[in-house]
Amino acid sequence: MIEPPLVSPTGLDEAYRLLAEAVHRPVAGGTDVLVQLAGELGPPPERLIDLWGLDELRGISLDGDALTLGALTTYTEIRRSAVCRDLVPALVEASATIGAAQIQNRGTLGGNVANASPAGDMLPVLLATDAVIVVGSVRGEREVPAPSFWTGYRQTALQPDEIVVRIRIPLIADRQVRFRKIGTRRAQAISKVVLALSWVAESPGVQWRMVRLGLGSVAERPIRATATEAVLDGRLPTSDTADTASVRVAAEIEPINDVRSTADYRRAVTARVLHRLIREAGGW
Amino acid sequence: MTVRFTVNDEPVEVNLPGVRRLLDVLREDLGLTGTKEGCGEGECGACTVLLDGAVVDSCLVPISQVGGHAVRTVEGLAPRQPDRDHPAGPDDLNVLQRAFLETGGAQCGICTPGMLMAGEAFLASGLPATDEAIREAIAGNLCRCTGYTKIIEAIALAASRQAATRQEAGRPGAGERS
Repeated sequence: MIEPPLVSPTGLDEAYRLLAEAVHRPVAGGTDVLVQLAGELGPPPERLIDLWGLDELRGISLDGDALTLGALTTYTEIRRSAVCRDLVPALVEASATIGAAQIQNRGTLGGNVANASPAGDMLPVLLATDAVIVVGSVRGEREVPAPSFWTGYRQTALQPDEIVVRIRIPLIADRQVRFRKIGTRRAQAISKVVLALSWVAESPGVQWRMVRLGLGSVAERPIRATATEAVLDGRLPTSDTADTASVRVAAEIEPINDVRSTADYRRAVTARVLHRLIREAGGW
Repeated sequence: MTVRFTVNDEPVEVNLPGVRRLLDVLREDLGLTGTKEGCGEGECGACTVLLDGAVVDSCLVPISQVGGHAVRTVEGLAPRQPDRDHPAGPDDLNVLQRAFLETGGAQCGICTPGMLMAGEAFLASGLPATDEAIREAIAGNLCRCTGYTKIIEAIALAASRQAATRQEAGRPGAGERS
């Protein structure tokens, strides 16, 4: 086991200073970084900074028309949060599919965002809910909309001295969000396809507006399928809509063959799951 | 860095690299080899311990994050440790360990310490011991021998005995604890 030096700041300002002095790999709950220390996934980080003691990065709160989650919010905390359950239940559903209790007790939303895995289970939900990633450094804070945050394979919009501070999810009246994860088994599985679909409609008989489709494990980074969204926007969730949208999404994504699945399967199952979500929404 | 915490209610102090895994601290530095390493990447749950009562994979916890907290390992389950004058017997085990013995919930034994800790956390949660709830509680623990059925039976058996004991203790005139 490689044991690089680790600093444990006790306040956010101290953390920003340390990050400005030298590049450190941030550690939150450790569920990704400790695995990387085994060195099997590429060269391990030279220096680490332990963010776990920064209480400024904890907590779930309702701020006006947005739900704000500190970067260190664990999946267990999301699952137990009445505010999340009432306002964005897809966050709770997605958290429940991550690993099992051992991972949910330690893994954090900020870690999922910063680790930038194309298979990150929370990330399609953040894309579908127009989430804003608030990042911070000695220079202050800035906001990155979720679709601009993941820029390539495990690449993010973070500067080397920046960390994820909190995630803000705007609350939109009459928005529905649906989440599905397809894996080998229910627990402890990395997704073959993970998706979140949202739309705004005042009642079931009204055309969908502001449609968002966030997808994971079908491209080099978590993506929004904007061409498919355009097909769904202004439509009712009918059988025709479902057929058109599922054909469109299969053409829009660029999945790969890897140890977990094949490109063909991912394409077919993404189309199928989207079709089913539209059918469930339409009640036919 | 210096880290102070408790293991099975005993205070310990270690001076180690902050990133050292709790698993290695337990096994190598403290000599508590009951906790096993399986995959070393948070997939199998063999190294499960309780951190402030919550299950964690000790292979994924840097010791820097353990300071001030309470760790419970499989060594902390039995109410009495055997010694030369008192060799171990079934009566020395706790209700969950006895149930694993009785139902055949252990075979090769590698997953057993982690299964016991996940089961212990489940018993402490007070959730109704339905098949579904027990399965979720041990979803992060892989077993390649038993097919899980006997492990689930063991946890259900322990839960029913625990409930019976509580009911007994709650009866007027019986075992006043307050």
